[in-house]
Amino acid sequence: MEDLDQFREETRQWLEANCPASQRLPNTPEEQYWGGRGGSFASEDARVWFERMRDRGWTAPEWPTAYGGGGLTPQQGQILKQEMKRINARTPLYSLGLWMLGPALLEYGSEAQKQEHLRAIVNGEFRWCQGYSEPGAGSDLASLQTRAEDQGDHFLVNGSKIWTTAADRSDWIFCLVRTDPHAKKQEGISFLLIDMASPGVSTTPIELISGDSEFCQTFFDNVRVPKSNLVGELNQGWSVAKALLVHERKLMAEIGGDSPRKEIPPVEAARRYLDFTNGRIADDQLRSDLVEYEMRMHAIGLTHMRSFEERAAGIKGTVGLAMKYLGTEAIKDKNELLLAIMGTRGLGWEAPGFTPEELDTTRLWAMSKAMTIAGGTSEVQLNVIANHVLQLPQAPKAATES
Amino acid sequence: MALVLNEEQRLLAETAGEFLQKQAPVGALRALRDSRDPLGYDAELWRQMAELGWASVILPEDAGGLDFGFSGIGVVLQETGRTLAASPLFATAVVGASALLLGGTETQKADYLPQVAAGELTLALALEESQHHRPHHIATRLEKSGDGFLLSGEKVFVLDGHSADALLVVARSAGETTSRDGLSVVLVPRDTAGVEIERTVMADSRNAANIRFTGVSIASTQVVGTEGEAGHWLDDVLDRGRIAMAAEMLGSVEEVFARTVAWLKERVQFGVPIGSFQALQHRAASLQAELELARSVVLQALTVVDEQPQQLAIMASLAKATLNELARHATNEAVQMHGGIGVTDELEIGFFLKRARTAMQIFGDTGFHKDRYATLCGY
Repeated sequence: MEDLDQFREETRQWLEANCPASQRLPNTPEEQYWGGRGGSFASEDARVWFERMRDRGWTAPEWPTAYGGGGLTPQQGQILKQEMKRINARTPLYSLGLWMLGPALLEYGSEAQKQEHLRAIVNGEFRWCQGYSEPGAGSDLASLQTRAEDQGDHFLVNGSKIWTTAADRSDWIFCLVRTDPHAKKQEGISFLLIDMASPGVSTTPIELISGDSEFCQTFFDNVRVPKSNLVGELNQGWSVAKALLVHERKLMAEIGGDSPRKEIPPVEAARRYLDFTNGRIADDQLRSDLVEYEMRMHAIGLTHMRSFEERAAGIKGTVGLAMKYLGTEAIKDKNELLLAIMGTRGLGWEAPGFTPEELDTTRLWAMSKAMTIAGGTSEVQLNVIANHVLQLPQAPKAATES
Repeated sequence: MALVLNEEQRLLAETAGEFLQKQAPVGALRALRDSRDPLGYDAELWRQMAELGWASVILPEDAGGLDFGFSGIGVVLQETGRTLAASPLFATAVVGASALLLGGTETQKADYLPQVAAGELTLALALEESQHHRPHHIATRLEKSGDGFLLSGEKVFVLDGHSADALLVVARSAGETTSRDGLSVVLVPRDTAGVEIERTVMADSRNAANIRFTGVSIASTQVVGTEGEAGHWLDDVLDRGRIAMAAEMLGSVEEVFARTVAWLKERVQFGVPIGSFQALQHRAASLQAELELARSVVLQALTVVDEQPQQLAIMASLAKATLNELARHATNEAVQMHGGIGVTDELEIGFFLKRARTAMQIFGDTGFHKDRYATLCGY
């Protein structure tokens, strides 16, 4: 405990001394640094902050120092997060490489792949995107059809991936591809790393109900991929993908507070947009909805804490599996609640006539609908809880994720 | 670590679980109900529970207590919830003991707490005056008379009211009927003249009573703490009771849910276990997710009693509201998923269903605690 207190004190001092004042203000989407060949810093301060964190290994605090990480224990990592949050320090590097691919490579990658990619991820050299879903393979991910044919010294990849976030700005993509068309669904799938600069790769953005187009469809037309880019064993990609999905769901369960758009907290929105009588919200229905939401978030926050404490104590709990479902459903509830509290001021699509925060509320509401679909729908999450936590028998014919 | 049990608590839970499965399974409550047992609990069981130290878990060592705090009593209550064990544990060892601890004078603590710790003195808080929990809505009067007082009024839903050795009666010394100011608590031995106790038989087969006080003579030494000042500590006592009741309800929910999931695996229809149907899987999985939230809330609330008193009120309302809703939902689903057998008296699920409804009313239903949470948060 004493060592952790000392670590907290040193971390606090280091952050105070090294995090520029401008990097303690809320981040706008334009100011986030995502790295990559095409990445650029919004300011000199952002560059300095990123480089100082990188040099300390703190873009990937809990990765081994051998690959450029910080080598921190989970408890130290948590303290770093808390101390960064305390001064509102910005995330120095946003990266699917850090959050998703890296942990999977640490577990399944060859030494050569770790050497090639982990340090590059820590340093923000390449931006990564994810190629899982296909137009015909959503919740039933294992039915994916993008093929990688063994051509001796390389794979030849044909097919297309959908919901590839920022594929048009990414340098590399990690993909699930079918390497054995005759094997049973999950058994003929491999995990492949593909350089987006390879000939035959192209992307098209997809416009969403929120008006955003963060997502693309990505096409592979006779793309040659070196065999050394296969992660794990041939036809064993499903295990890698499952490990990675766990990281994605954990990320989505925690993501709520990190949205780049400006969001009005529901209680604050109630003060601005609702009538109060004797210190109480006058509308009983909205007051009841608000307190239900607040109590739920209180419970979810405590459950995140419990999950962390269980991990730190070495207990293999079942909490984590429920958190993606609970967290993303709560985000949807929050956005519906905000719309109800703000009335027509929560429905503005464009200026004039609405404040930027009001316009963000509308867009966030539309965006929130994706939260319970991306990374495994709520229905798939419930299948997972039913089969893996409660050990209920597999449904006879219904689609389940195994 | 607040949200993970320590070794001491794990051991206590294990011992309690084994003891109760053997000595007070749900069948024991059924037997008490069917024999119309006059006491409503097994006196021998309570003697054994006291011997195990359960009557004194929250009491300090100088009062003969174990001093394990609420994190300690919480794990025991969770186990009593699992088997629906009827005993004076909640009314005496949690609520009564807390009232004397928080409100009593040093003399009162020295006189009564060791008796409570030994399981020799059982208590009941006579608070409610209507069908809904309104802790400050007290019309029962405590009026000056000579050197002492006269107590008059009617109380309902007094838990253990017909069996307790002494009643802790909430009465008004001054102020409007709805005011928190001017409340007193007096300790009244059950056989005092002017005390009429009417046992009520309720759906959960547990103990409660309606009690009438007609000009009952009260000596000033019977006033817990200072006359008219109980408002300063009564809410804290109730919050401890709410959190303890939430812990008991968590145990009941865990048990009823485990039995439901086991049934889903066992019961075969259309040639397959019904648990393979997605319509039931999703409902069970969503209950599992709610249960995870409830566990965190109860563990945190128990810790807060011991370590962060400034959070007490808000955590008590969060815990009670959360468990009220979950208990309602989980017991309803348990009956429905058991199908026809779920509505028979032979199956024990009905006992959990009925206990849940009573527990939901103890010290505040969901609406009461939602309103209180919102008020505490300033909206």
